[in-house]
Amino acid sequence: MASLSQSSYRIDGATGAWEVVIGLEVHAQIASRAKLFSGAATAFGAEPNAQVSLVDAAMPGMLPVPNKECIRQAVRTGLAVDAPINRVSRFDRKNYFYADLPQGYQISQLYHPLVGEGHIEISLDDKRAGADSEPAVKRIGIERIHVEQDAGKLMHDQHPTMSYVDLNRSGVALMEIVSRPDMRSPAEAGAYLRKLRAILRYVGSCDGNMEEGSMRADVNVSVRKPGQPFGTRTETKNVNSVRFVMAAIEHEANRQVDVLEAGGSIVQETRLFDPDSGTTRSMRSKEDAHDYRYFPDPDLLPLVLDEAFIGECRESLPELPDAKRHRYETALGLTAYAAGVLTAEVETARWFEALAGASAAAQGRSLAEVARQAANWLLSDLFGALAKAGRTLDNSPVSPVAGAELLALVAKGTISNTIAKQVLEKMIESGEGAAAIVTREGLTQTSDTGAIEAAVAAVLAAHAEKVDQYRAGKEALFGFFVGQTMKAMQGKANPQLVNELLKQALG
Amino acid sequence: MSDLTELGVTAIRDGVAAGDFSAREVAQAFNAAIAAAQPALNAFITPTPDHALAAAERIDADRAAGRPLGRLAGVPIGMKDLFCTQGVRTTAASHILGHFVPPYESTVSGRLWDAGAGMLGKLNLDEFAMGSSNETSAFGKVISPWRRGHNQDPAPIAPGGSSGGSSAAVAARLCPAATGTDTGGSIRQPAAFTGIAGIKPGYGRCSRWGIVAFASSLDQAGAMARDVRDCAVLLEAMAGHDPKDATSLDAPVPGWTAALDADLSGCTIGIPREYRMDGMDAEVAKSWELGIAWLKDAGARVIDISLPHTHYALPAYYIIAPAEASSNLARYDGVRYGLRDLPEGAGLQDMYAATRAAGFGAEVRRRIMIGTYVLSAGFYDAYFTRAQKLRTLIARDFTQAFASCDAILAPTTPTAAFALGEKSDDPLAMYLNDVFSVPASLAGLPAMSVPAGLNGEGLPLGLQVIGRPLDEQGVLNAALAIEQRAGFVARPARWWA
Amino acid sequence: MSVDKATVARIAALARIRLGEDEVAALEPELNKILAWVELLGEVDVSGIEPMTNGAPGVLVLREDVVDADPLTGGGKRDAVLANAPAAAHGFFGVPKVIE
Ligand SMILES: [Mg+2]
Ligand SMILES: [Zn+2]
Repeated sequence: MASLSQSSYRIDGATGAWEVVIGLEVHAQIASRAKLFSGAATAFGAEPNAQVSLVDAAMPGMLPVPNKECIRQAVRTGLAVDAPINRVSRFDRKNYFYADLPQGYQISQLYHPLVGEGHIEISLDDKRAGADSEPAVKRIGIERIHVEQDAGKLMHDQHPTMSYVDLNRSGVALMEIVSRPDMRSPAEAGAYLRKLRAILRYVGSCDGNMEEGSMRADVNVSVRKPGQPFGTRTETKNVNSVRFVMAAIEHEANRQVDVLEAGGSIVQETRLFDPDSGTTRSMRSKEDAHDYRYFPDPDLLPLVLDEAFIGECRESLPELPDAKRHRYETALGLTAYAAGVLTAEVETARWFEALAGASAAAQGRSLAEVARQAANWLLSDLFGALAKAGRTLDNSPVSPVAGAELLALVAKGTISNTIAKQVLEKMIESGEGAAAIVTREGLTQTSDTGAIEAAVAAVLAAHAEKVDQYRAGKEALFGFFVGQTMKAMQGKANPQLVNELLKQALG
Repeated sequence: MSDLTELGVTAIRDGVAAGDFSAREVAQAFNAAIAAAQPALNAFITPTPDHALAAAERIDADRAAGRPLGRLAGVPIGMKDLFCTQGVRTTAASHILGHFVPPYESTVSGRLWDAGAGMLGKLNLDEFAMGSSNETSAFGKVISPWRRGHNQDPAPIAPGGSSGGSSAAVAARLCPAATGTDTGGSIRQPAAFTGIAGIKPGYGRCSRWGIVAFASSLDQAGAMARDVRDCAVLLEAMAGHDPKDATSLDAPVPGWTAALDADLSGCTIGIPREYRMDGMDAEVAKSWELGIAWLKDAGARVIDISLPHTHYALPAYYIIAPAEASSNLARYDGVRYGLRDLPEGAGLQDMYAATRAAGFGAEVRRRIMIGTYVLSAGFYDAYFTRAQKLRTLIARDFTQAFASCDAILAPTTPTAAFALGEKSDDPLAMYLNDVFSVPASLAGLPAMSVPAGLNGEGLPLGLQVIGRPLDEQGVLNAALAIEQRAGFVARPARWWA
Repeated sequence: MSVDKATVARIAALARIRLGEDEVAALEPELNKILAWVELLGEVDVSGIEPMTNGAPGVLVLREDVVDADPLTGGGKRDAVLANAPAAAHGFFGVPKVIE
C-alpha cells in the first residue's frame, strides 16, 4: 500500500515552498422525515415557513423533544467511520443572535458529543484508467461527530431594505463531522469529501445532495513552511460542492501566502466563498468576536444509549465501500480499478450487484464466474452507451435484468461481442429486451460452416496480394482477414469458426 | 347562597354538581369581585370574564344534559400570565410580550379546561417570574390585600412573588384557586405572604410545555388555593406526563386528594439545623416551634437533621437561574413576535439591542447580564460549573437527610411580607427572601407552604414542608396536619371594594 | 472577580441589550455586589463532584420519526407561526437588511 502521508502539494511563494493544512467540518443533513426536536417535515422545496412548528419558531414555552431516528442515523454513521459511540452524551446550547436562529441559541453538542474519534481512508488515484495496482491510500482522522439543529434561511435580494427569514430548515437535524487537520492539498480535501459522501450514502444517514444543501463544509485552512508548527487558520463557511471546496482552499491558501510574504499576519476569522469569483472574503455578519456561552441544555436530560440500541445500529449497517471494494477484488476477481469505480457510488455498486446476480442466474454459473464479464460490460459498454445517449445509471432504460439477458446471449455464443454492442444501443433507444431485438433483426450468430467457408474463399480471392504477403511471413495480416470475413458475414459469424476456417484456407 | 366567592374549589365543584348553585352564578360572582378589586389590587393583567362565563355555561349545560362532569367542573380559576393561553394575550408581565397572543394552549392550562375549570383572567406576576415582590411587572405592582397593624396601616404590602397576582387574588377571594410557577420559591413565598396554601410539586410533575420559561431546570408549575385539599384537587388536574416536555415525569399521578390523611403516626419529620440562621425573625422562629409541636401532636416523630450546604443554595441559585434565563430570553428579539424597536437606520443587531433594552425591565436586564457574564468565556467553570456542583451537593444533602426522615419542616420565608418599595432598591436583600425556598427547588423536590398564623403586625406567616422525590402525598399530609392545628381563619379586611 | 464599566458594556453587547452610559455606571456596582456575594461558593471543595444540570431524575426519552404526529409540535401552520410577527411579508419574517 503506497503512502501519501507526505503530500507533495506545495505553494511556491517568493520565500520558498508553503504547505497547506486543511481540516473540514462537514454538516450533513440527517435523513429523517421529521425535524430533530419537532414534528415538522424536512422535505426539500416547501413553501416558505410551511414546515415550521411552534417549536422551530421558538415560540414562548416551546420545548425540544429529540427524534430517535436522527440519533440512530448518527450512531450508524459513527460506526461506519470506526468511531466509538459515547454511551452518555448531552445536548448543549450555543448562544448567539442571528435572524436565522429563532431560539437565540443552537442546540448542539460541545462537551459530550455522541460520536468520538474515527477515520476514513481516501485514495487519490481512483480515476487512473486501467491501473491494476493498489491505489495509494491515506487515512484522514475524524475528531468527532455531533448532532445539532440547522438554522433557517435568510433571503437578501427580495426587498430593498429588508431580509426575509424562512424557518423551514430551522431545526432540521445535522451531523457535524469534524475532521482532523490531516489534509494537505485541495485534491485530498476533494477525495475526503467524496469518500465521506459515499459512506453517508451507503449508510443511508444522509442523501449527500449538495445542491439542496444536504451537505456543506466549513473549510479550515492554514499554511506553514514544511516542518513548522501549524499557522493561524481561517474558516470558510458553508461551501456546498466538492469543486467549490477545492477552489476555496486553493484561493485561501494562496491568499494567506501572499499576506504572510508581504509581512502581514493571518487573522483567525470566518470567511465566505464566492463561487462566481472563486475567492473568499471576510464575513461582515460574523465580525464581532464570538463568545458562544455554551452550557448544557436544561430542557434536555442526558442521552443514554444502551448496548441493544447500538447493536441494532451496527447490525443494520450495509457493506461499506472499502469492504465491498476488497471483496470485489478478492472474491470476484475484479481489477483494483474496476472494484474502485464500481464501489465509489452506492448506486453503481447496487446496479452491478443486481447485474451480476441476474447474470449468474441466467447463465447458471457462480457470481465469481460472471463478475468480470458483468464488470467489463458495465464499465465500458453500458457507461459508454449511456453517455452517448446523454443518460446515466439512475435513468438507464436498461435494467440490470435486461443487461443480464444480453450478457447471457453473448456467453451462450448466440451473439458476438460486436453484435452485443449494437443490441445494447437498440435496447437504450427502444427499451426492448435483448433477445427480442436479436430475433427480430436476425442477429443470431451463425455457425454454418458452408456459409463461412464461402465467405473465406471470397475474401482470400479478393485479396490475393495480401495472401501472398501472409504466406511470406507477415502473420499480422491474419486479423485483417478475420475482419473482412466478419464484415462479409455482417458480424454474425461465430468468431472461433472464422478463425479455424481461415487458418485452414491459408494453410 | 350568600356569597359564592367565599367558597373554595371543592365546595364550588360539589355545589355545582349538587345543583346548589349554577356554574354561571359562580363565575359571575368572581367576575364581579375581580372588577371591583382590580383598581386597588391590580392582581390581574388581563381579566377574562367571558372565558369564565363560557366555561361555566358549558358545565351547566353538561349537568342539565346529565353528562359526566370533570373534577373541576364549574370552578373558575386564575391563570398566572406565564401560561400561554390560546387566543388570550400572554405577557409574562413584560413589555416585550405586551401584545403576544399565543396560537396554542399550555399543557397545564389545557388540562385544567379539560377538567371543567374556567379562566377568570391572566394574573399579574413579576416580569418573566423574576422577583419576590411583584414589583417588577411591566403592568404595575400587585398590592397585597393584607395590611400591617391588623389591617389598619394603609402602607401597601408586597403579595410576594413572582406569583403575586395569584397569591393576592386567592387571598382576596377574587378566585378560589390559581396556578403559579415556582423557580426558587415563587409559589411558596407569595402563599406564605398572603395566608394561603401553595404547592410546588417535584420537578417534572407538571409539563412545562407552553409556560414561558425562566430557568428551565428549576421551573415548576403548581397550585395555590386557600387550603391544602383544594391545592391537591387542582394539582391533580394539572399534573401528568407530557411527551412534549422531555423533562416531564413519566409516572402516573397518584390520587392525592383521596389519600389525604393528617394522621402522621409512624412518620418522621426532620428539622434542618442550618435553617436556624443568625438573627432569625423571632416570630418566624416561634411559628416554626409551633409547627413542630403540631406535627408531634399529629403523631410524627420529630428529629434534628443537617443539610450542610444550605448556606450555598442561594448564591448557587443566583448563578444557575440567571444563566439559564439569559439563554431562555434570547428568543425575545423582535423578529417573530413581541415588541420590535427599530431605530432609524438600524441594522439587525442594533434592532435586537434596542428591542431588548426597550422590552425588558431593570430586574430582567440585571439577571440577563449576570447570566451572560457567568456563562462567558473564562468564567464558565468558575461560576456556572461550580454552582452546578454545589447543586449536586445540595441535592445530596437532602438524599442523606431522607435516609432518616420522611419530610422536612422549615419556615417558608425569613420574615413576613414587607412593604412595597422596602427592598426594591437592593437586589441582594430581595434575593435573600428565597433563602428557605431555594434549596428544595435546586433539588427538584416537592414542597408546600401552608399558613401557620399571624405575626405581631397581623401579617401571615407560612410553614414549609419539603418532601422526598415523588412524595407530594407526604407533603400534603404534613401540611394538612399543620392546617388542622393552626386553625388559620384570619383574612384581610375587605378595604379595596 | 469583579467587573469594570468596559466589561459591563461588553456583556451588554453580548446579551444584545443597549445600555446608556448612565445605565452601565449604575449596573457596575450592582453586578459587583452580586458577584462578590456568589464568591461564597469558592469556599467549598467541589473536586470530583459531578455538576447537576436538571432537577429531573432519569434520562432522555426519544420520540419516533413521525411528521406532524402531534399537531401542537408539527408544521404546516404558517399563519399561526407568523400571526404575531411584527413585520411578516409574503410568508416570511421580515428583518432589517442583513449584509453577510
Ligand atoms: Mg463549525
Ligand atoms: Zn455545526
